[in-house]
Amino acid sequence: MSLALSEEQELLRNTAREFIAEHSPVKELRRLRDEQDPVGFSRPLWKQMAELGWASIVLPEDLGGAGLGYAELGIVLEECGRTLAATPLVATSLLGANAVLLGGNELQRKEILPAVAKGERILALALQEGSHHAPYAVATRAEASASGWRLTGRKSFVLDGHVADQIVVVARTSGSSGERDGLSLFLVPKAARGLEVTRTIMVDGRNAANLGFEGVELDRAALLGAEGRGADVLDRVLDLAAVGLSAEMLGTLAEAFERTIAYLKERKQFGVPIGSFQALKHRAANMFVEVELSRSIVLDALRAIDEGRADLPQLASIAKARVSDAIHLIGNEAVQMFGGIGVTDEEEIGLFLKRARVAELTLGDAAFHRARFAALAGF
Amino acid sequence: MENLETFRAEIGKWLEANCPPSMRKPLGSEEDVNWGGRNKVYTNPEEKLWLDRMAARGFTAPTWPKEYGGGGLSKPEARVLAEELRRLHCRPALNSFGLTMLGPVLLQYGNEEQKREHLPKIVRGEIRWCQGYSEPGAGSDLAGLQTRAEDKGDHYLVNGQKIWTSYANYADWIFCLVRTNPTAPKHDGISFLLFDMASPGVSVSPIKLISGSSPFCQTFFQDVRVPKKNLVGKVDGGWTIAKALLQHEREMIAGMGLGGGGGSAASLEQLAKEYCGSEGGRIADAAIRDSVAQHLMDTRCFVTSLRRSGDEAKSGQGPGAASSMFKLYGTELNKRRCELLVKVLGSQALGWEGAGFNPRELGTTREWLRSKGNSIEGGTSEVQLNVIAKRVLGLPD
Repeated sequence: MSLALSEEQELLRNTAREFIAEHSPVKELRRLRDEQDPVGFSRPLWKQMAELGWASIVLPEDLGGAGLGYAELGIVLEECGRTLAATPLVATSLLGANAVLLGGNELQRKEILPAVAKGERILALALQEGSHHAPYAVATRAEASASGWRLTGRKSFVLDGHVADQIVVVARTSGSSGERDGLSLFLVPKAARGLEVTRTIMVDGRNAANLGFEGVELDRAALLGAEGRGADVLDRVLDLAAVGLSAEMLGTLAEAFERTIAYLKERKQFGVPIGSFQALKHRAANMFVEVELSRSIVLDALRAIDEGRADLPQLASIAKARVSDAIHLIGNEAVQMFGGIGVTDEEEIGLFLKRARVAELTLGDAAFHRARFAALAGF
Repeated sequence: MENLETFRAEIGKWLEANCPPSMRKPLGSEEDVNWGGRNKVYTNPEEKLWLDRMAARGFTAPTWPKEYGGGGLSKPEARVLAEELRRLHCRPALNSFGLTMLGPVLLQYGNEEQKREHLPKIVRGEIRWCQGYSEPGAGSDLAGLQTRAEDKGDHYLVNGQKIWTSYANYADWIFCLVRTNPTAPKHDGISFLLFDMASPGVSVSPIKLISGSSPFCQTFFQDVRVPKKNLVGKVDGGWTIAKALLQHEREMIAGMGLGGGGGSAASLEQLAKEYCGSEGGRIADAAIRDSVAQHLMDTRCFVTSLRRSGDEAKSGQGPGAASSMFKLYGTELNKRRCELLVKVLGSQALGWEGAGFNPRELGTTREWLRSKGNSIEGGTSEVQLNVIAKRVLGLPD
């Protein structure tokens, strides 16, 4: 599959860019933050996005999806990333819906996915327990009970966890923390008794939640996929989400880069544009290379999903590592090059730096993915 | 697409039948690919046979027009040819600056006579070319060159000195930048000349590098007479041609970022396990493991970017990322690979010659030293950064 965009894909990009620019410019994120919006994103906007098919681009048509590919979803995510649009795309479409699609039985899929496609159901994935992404470091336990399962433990950094209607919870049904075997996935309704949800206010204006499970009782049908084999589904879901998030991050870093270049041309010091200084030119050119390499690998990773390529796990880690490093660099350089105005809350570039750092850590930072890549490659 | 697959089958069959067995083995550490030329000594008759067979079909310059000896292939067909050559482990039949650098600009800027004269000989490897660009006083500031060509009616009289002339000591002809108008602004007084290195007044002296090898030369011109028909393009209009050729050069050098060369058939990760120890099948040193992973990832991103650039060019989406970016990143990547190899081999990478070091280790050391020139030759990394800043990003002077 070509790494160049087709005409249809160009068209989709233009449509997405226009829609986002009109309905969710950067100032919309600022508004949500300043008004301490209880949801953290705009529900009407999400509904509109769903009507455009964005919530379900990659879902099969019989489940209400558009039946398109990740190449297309990546385009939408990238455009959302450009304006830091707060959407449930990552939590609901990439993490939650994929867990249901890949792990769920027919009943679970039919009950949940068409509702997601319509923008009527928000999902989340509760995985992380410590301060770092470590997929198998799960201590939360699910024990068989009279009615089904009893869930006990704590989760942190659950994206959109405070507004999710249903949460896919990774829990251990056997083994101990760190082991790949023994993980199981459970569908937990928001209203479950014993589920304590604490919304956290994050630096980037988006939300994650901490969850506590104090002996939450679930019925037998809450199990998603095979008991003890949850990692088989989870690994795949995390790869898909890492690639999707990388596409969103690509939009964010490309936009931060372009804003910086524009500023270098316009801002004058010593009577000349600061972009004429070689010290800044060389750093700008190096950033350009980072943007281009990031774009190439993200496009390839998205296509690897659509083509069903076997090296997707490696590619997902390469993409997330590259994009995490690039967004880190560009976030820092952008603020530095904007100078004094760059560190004010009034200037938007600071919002990109904040988002950069959150996205970098979400689903594993560059060091995590290098270690994972090495393990996959057998060294 | 079906046609391409038919083409692939046909080419595969042809290569199987025509590539001699000794040309399907990796190059030994003392061997070089065939650079052709008048003085080429063939130690193995199959090397000559392989070149002749490939050249007869124009496959040494697969995309050049057939009328000039090329293969007349489309870009997708040429890619299939390259893939089949790789699949069957065929050695390159010919490597030359004529193929990678001069040929493409002659096709674009040469007159009919020049094309008919020079291109077929390049395809057949009969003439080995070298590049007369850099001068002692004009390195990164290439347009500051001083070598003069005076108009003497039917010929030019060339006087001056070039430096970093790769393999000038083996070359038959030179493509050379000369100053034809000393009073014009520096970019406007340069011309692009071709001439025979056997002309009276040309002398060459090799330059030894820190790696111990000597690919470069100083080249001196004293009252060299060059027929006027050897001027490519317009008088004083050589800078445009020079820049076009630099693009081809950068693309060629960028390819070196993908490694190869040297004696390291073993992968980076295998060497790291061997020299830094392994634990449970993994590289024992976590910092080295991280560096190896990072390097392999960077390489993958680079290769993917080259592919994307090709895909975008095919679909007519502008120039994409400039050749400067690939020259910059490819050479820096190659330098990092060499640094990492030296780190992995530890004190075994510090040998120069003699006992105590195997050929692979000695090769790594020399390759590391040679790689230092990668980000200098063909325009320094700093020059590439300037080009990106100016031409791609549009930053002001």
